[in-house]
Amino acid sequence: MARSPVAARKAPARQTRLLIATRKGLWSLASDVSRNGWKLSGPQFLGHVVHHAIADPRAPRVHLAAARTGHLGPTIFRSSDSGRTWKEAQHPPAFAHGSGRVVDHTFWLTPGHADEPGVFYAGTSPQGLFRSNDAGATWEGIDGFNAHPQRKAWCGGDQEGTPDGPKLHSILVDRRDPKHLYIGMSGGGVFESIDGGADWRPLNRGVRADFLPEPTPEYGHDPHCVRFAGGNPDRLYQQNHCGIYRLDRPGETWQEIGTSMPKSVGSIGLPLVVHPQDPDSLWVLPMDGTTVWPRTAPGGRPAVYRSRDGGKSWKRQDQGLPRSQAWWTVKRQAMTSDFRDPTGIYFGTTSGEVWGSRDEGRSFRCFARHLPEIYALECATT
Amino acid sequence: MTAQSSPEVATVVRVRIPSPLRSYTGAAEVGVAVPLLAPELPPTIGGVLATIDGAYPGLRFRIVDEQGGIRPHIRLFVGNVATRDLGTPIASGEVLMIVAALSGG
Repeated sequence: MARSPVAARKAPARQTRLLIATRKGLWSLASDVSRNGWKLSGPQFLGHVVHHAIADPRAPRVHLAAARTGHLGPTIFRSSDSGRTWKEAQHPPAFAHGSGRVVDHTFWLTPGHADEPGVFYAGTSPQGLFRSNDAGATWEGIDGFNAHPQRKAWCGGDQEGTPDGPKLHSILVDRRDPKHLYIGMSGGGVFESIDGGADWRPLNRGVRADFLPEPTPEYGHDPHCVRFAGGNPDRLYQQNHCGIYRLDRPGETWQEIGTSMPKSVGSIGLPLVVHPQDPDSLWVLPMDGTTVWPRTAPGGRPAVYRSRDGGKSWKRQDQGLPRSQAWWTVKRQAMTSDFRDPTGIYFGTTSGEVWGSRDEGRSFRCFARHLPEIYALECATT
Repeated sequence: MTAQSSPEVATVVRVRIPSPLRSYTGAAEVGVAVPLLAPELPPTIGGVLATIDGAYPGLRFRIVDEQGGIRPHIRLFVGNVATRDLGTPIASGEVLMIVAALSGG
C-alpha cells in the first residue's frame, strides 16, 4: 500500500478538555494552562445514553456524540462550535432495509484520515461499520464489512457478545494511508482492510481465546481495546479478554506482553492508552477477570500499570489513588491521554469519578465526582 | 399545528407526543394531514409517521427501526387500541398516541 511520510505532531496546545460521555448525558472538564485547575460543565443531553463523544483533531470545533435514550432509537448529534450547540444527524447509522439487522446503539466514533476532512467512521452494537463523508450529517453502511459473506461467522449472532451487546470498536485509520483500516470486535477479533473497507481479513494470530473450544482460532476473539502505538503506525497494542498483546507489522503474529504483569493483578482489563509520541510507552488499567469476572479493580486497590519498553516490563502507578475498598470499573473507552508534555493520563469510572495525572501517571487526582456511570472519556485539545 | 397541508385530499389525525419526542415537535400534540391516495385506501399509522417525519425530521427513526419494527419500549395506540402494526388504518379525527414505556433506572 502507498505510504507517505509521517507528519510530526503539532506543538502542544494550551488547554486540555475532556469530553465525558455517560449513561445519563454528556459533560466536559476543561483545564487551565497548567492542568492544575479543572472546571466541570454540563450536562448536555441529560437522560440520554451517550456511548461516545469525540472532537475532530482536523477541525477541533467539530464534535460528535453517539446517543440514544432508554425509549428511543440511536442517533448521532453534531456540533460545529465546540459543543455549544448540536444538530441531529439526518441519517444516523442504520443497517440496510431487508437485512433484518437493527442498530441498537452507535458505540464507537473515529475521525477519518487527515486528507479526508469530514470523514468519520462509526462502529455499532451489534457489529456494524458505517462511514460519513459530511462530518456526521449522513451515514452509510460499509457493505464490505456489513454484507461480507463471512461477517456472521466472524461475529456470531446479533444477540451474542458482551453484557451490553456485541460491539464493533477500535476503528483505526492508518495516518499514512486512508484505505488502511483496522477494527476490533467483541466478539469477533481484530480485522484489517487495505482497500478502504471493501474487504476484510482476520488478524488474530497469537492471541488466545481461552473461552472457545479451539483456544487459538482464526477469529472469534474478544479484543477489548486496540490502539496504534504513538509515533509508529506499524505497531499495535491490544488489551484483550485474554491478556495484553503487541503486533509489529508487517508481522502477522501478536506477541503477548501481559505475562510480566504481577500475578496477583493479572493482565485483564478494558482500556489501553498509548503515549502520543513514544511507541514503547503504554498504560493499562487492570481489572479482576477471575471466576465470575467482577470487572473491578483487583482487591479493591485500583492502579494504572505503565510500560516504557513495549510491554517487556510494567510499573505500578497508584500514587493519589485510593489504597483500599475502591471497587472501580473503567470501561474500554473511558481512559485517554492528552498531547501535552508530559502526557496527561485520564480515566473515568462507572461510579462517576474522573481521575487524572498531568505527569504521565506518577500521581493522580480526582477531578470530578458524582457523575453518572462514565462510558467514555476523550481528550479535545483546544 | 399541522404537519401537512391540503386537508381536502388528506385525512387529518391528531398525534399525541410523549415527552422524549417533544424536542422534535415542541408540543404535546400535533395534527397530521396524511395524503389520501384513494378513497378505498385509508391512511395507516405508517403513513402518519412518515408524514410527521417530514415535518420533524428524525422523529420516526427514534421509534421505528430500519427494518420497519416499532422499537421495544415504544407503544402505539389508535384510540384505545394498542397496535404494533404500521399497516393499521387510522380514520380522520382519530388520535394516534405514542407512548414511551420503560421502567428502570
